[in-house]
Amino acid sequence: MTAAPAPGGTALAAPPRSGARRLRLRRGLIGWAFLAPLLVLNVIVVLGPSLATVWYSFTDWSGIGPAKFVGGANYVRAVTDPAVREALLHNAIWFVLFLFVPMALGLLGAHLINQVTRFRMLYRTLFFIPYVTASVINAAIWKMLLSPDSGIGHTLGIDQAWLGDPKTSLYAVNFVVDWHWWGFLAVIFFAAMQGVDVQLYEAARLDGAGRWRQFLSVTLPGIRPTMIFVVLMTIIWSLKAFDYIFIMTHGGPANSSDVVSTLMYDQAFNQYSAGYAAALGLSMTVIVGLVLAVYQFLRRKGWEE
Amino acid sequence: MSSTVIERRGSALRPGTAPRRRRRRNLHFPAYLVLTVLALFAIGPAVLMVFNAFKSNAQIGASPLAPPTSLSWSNFSIAWQQGDFGATMRNSAILVVGSAAGTCVIAGLAAYALSHLDLPGRGGVITYLFLASSMPVQLFVVPLFSLWTDLGLTDNLFGLIVIYWATDAPFATLLLRSFLLKVPKEYVEAGRLDGASEVQIARRVMLPLAWPGLMTVALVVGLWAWNEFFWAITFIHDPAKRPISTSFMAFQDENSTNWGLSSAAALFMLVPILILFLVLQRRFVAGLTSGGLK
Repeated sequence: MTAAPAPGGTALAAPPRSGARRLRLRRGLIGWAFLAPLLVLNVIVVLGPSLATVWYSFTDWSGIGPAKFVGGANYVRAVTDPAVREALLHNAIWFVLFLFVPMALGLLGAHLINQVTRFRMLYRTLFFIPYVTASVINAAIWKMLLSPDSGIGHTLGIDQAWLGDPKTSLYAVNFVVDWHWWGFLAVIFFAAMQGVDVQLYEAARLDGAGRWRQFLSVTLPGIRPTMIFVVLMTIIWSLKAFDYIFIMTHGGPANSSDVVSTLMYDQAFNQYSAGYAAALGLSMTVIVGLVLAVYQFLRRKGWEE
Repeated sequence: MSSTVIERRGSALRPGTAPRRRRRRNLHFPAYLVLTVLALFAIGPAVLMVFNAFKSNAQIGASPLAPPTSLSWSNFSIAWQQGDFGATMRNSAILVVGSAAGTCVIAGLAAYALSHLDLPGRGGVITYLFLASSMPVQLFVVPLFSLWTDLGLTDNLFGLIVIYWATDAPFATLLLRSFLLKVPKEYVEAGRLDGASEVQIARRVMLPLAWPGLMTVALVVGLWAWNEFFWAITFIHDPAKRPISTSFMAFQDENSTNWGLSSAAALFMLVPILILFLVLQRRFVAGLTSGGLK
């Protein structure tokens, strides 16, 4: 490893044909050897158990011991289960709120940071802090602030148990998740906005566009790939929503904040119907897979430019 | 670019434009105001928690949002002992170091293979890694739990670390790969010409150049391991093996009405990360925003 390659280096490096083939084979083998730890681990932890889930979703299984094949019974149960229907509705509400609230706040934050000249890094840092804070801590903070006897409402004289009332529990948890998430989006959007050509703004200004018009006609189209990516991820994440609901309400009170993932967890680890849980988990994954497929399809069509 | 700068300077010299400039600066005032409100919204809750850590329960009940009137450290010492945070922090430190170091090795090797060895089937592997890192954990958690029970890997920190390796490495590989792709092919070819083996090239050429990328991966994976909650609560039930996240949660449930104690306990978990983040935030942000798939 002494010098940079001589100009004729590559020509010299090409050995006779059979040797080249053996070299490539050797290099391929080494490549796969380098990949092996990653792939082996992934097969043991992710792929193998995922395939097992497909099998278990057709069985009556407690989670340990033998499983009994029952055909599509779990799926019939899922379709007719009112708890699943309610959880799906909660997922839908969750999705709409989780899509629009953090995006709107994130865009606002990013746009304003992009407008000002000083303290950009400071605002960026402060916005980002809830995202690096552990979910258990964020949940604890907001349990305190939302509690009827030591929280914000208490100080303002509003007597409402936000997390304990079935009417508000889902929205209260969703508010906390939106709060922890929007700053992250602001940072992503801000990074994307810095890539937008300044001359486009100059041109828009010359055409008499105001700030709002500039935002709509220059900024938003300029960060479109990022926006599409965020929407895609929001769809996936809103189905996966689990942490905060599990920590703050356990899906309660009276299933009022249950989503499919908390329902599934409860079935698997508290009700010992792992077979049914497998069917729920698999159904969720199929939806995620469909979203990814649609995204790929749109990307191929050149939607992202 | 330079022409626009000159143009701007020129226009500033014109007499008619001076008031317009001042007006634009004033227009920034609402922007700063809204930004400050947003910043308070982001960190206000954590600040209130710091306040409460220094207050007695009676004080919190009387004025939950006010700053403490005196600095009382008793919440911290009581919480530290009651929650056994010395032990659970050590468990979490093992998880952080183990998962960060292992992920760097596993993902580093894989990223090198995917970026600088002309591997047949490379595209398929990369697609698989994308899919694997966006897979909902609900798909494989139950069979994995039964497998881990059979292998004796539940209630076992190493068992948890292996799960972190498997779930974090796909993202880390993709991140490191995009990092390694920027390393010129000539460096590697030069090494090969000098008769260095692939392992030697990986160690002597790639490793030093990939170092900043590995640091980013280690930070992000370490942060995830420290904050992680789902796998820990599912796979660790023995209180002596609990990491800080689940032990904090149990502590909070037990002291659900004592917000002073809970707040002090939360700070044990939050402060180390916050300091690290503030010092190394560029690397953190780079890693976390490219890990958007997670």
